[in-house]
Amino acid sequence: MPYSPMLVKPMREELTQAGVQELMTAAAVDEFMNHKSGTAMLVVNSVCGCAAGKARPGVLQALQHERRPDRTATVFAGQDLEATARARSYFPDIPPSSPSIAFIKDGELVYFLPRHRIEGRDANAVASDLVAQFDQYCAAPASALADAVGVGQP
Amino acid sequence: MGTFHRGKSELHGITVVVDTTGPEIFIGRCDDENEHGIVLDDVDVHRAGEGGRSKEDYLDRAARLGVWKKHDRLFIPREKVASVRRLGEL
Repeated sequence: MPYSPMLVKPMREELTQAGVQELMTAAAVDEFMNHKSGTAMLVVNSVCGCAAGKARPGVLQALQHERRPDRTATVFAGQDLEATARARSYFPDIPPSSPSIAFIKDGELVYFLPRHRIEGRDANAVASDLVAQFDQYCAAPASALADAVGVGQP
Repeated sequence: MGTFHRGKSELHGITVVVDTTGPEIFIGRCDDENEHGIVLDDVDVHRAGEGGRSKEDYLDRAARLGVWKKHDRLFIPREKVASVRRLGEL
């Protein structure tokens, strides 16, 4: 049974206020997932503080990194049931867990951080795992590229 | 953000591997444990040799991706428990 929306609201906002797009319907998930080009991160949020309380700040910390995914979104397990089920349907070989984080490049799942790899760790450790993926798969920001080739310098 | 799990054991909410003295090995989210046994939620169970996989083969895949639950909730008596480990530490 879903928790009270009022109780869950701050857990949603912890991500959405950082610019993570909230997907509350299957159609919204389809639209996000059907955009195949570039990099995307999908966070399966959850109430349980044992792991989600570390996952959310870890995500926020990682998103401060210079390289980051082109698009980020979240579904809320146990709350937005249809959206969560649709999101999981895109990764049929991955057992469902929440919280969890999927990283997608050009429409392909390239990394998955399941709940049991979040439990018992702190936000720094979660962020570190994510940043390693960002560095591997995400393009450097335009400003960094310009610096590297000396654009705009005399 | 706080949790809602007061009065439970240290492993509450943690995904654990419960190996037994027999052929079965369980993976699930620990709800509680005490001198009588351990209660797991969203549990998968594997029997050594099932599907041609040893306990170690099963654990190797579970450690990477997790497990598909076969039971919502199970109690495993203490006398059957050989070890309890965190799946995330394998």
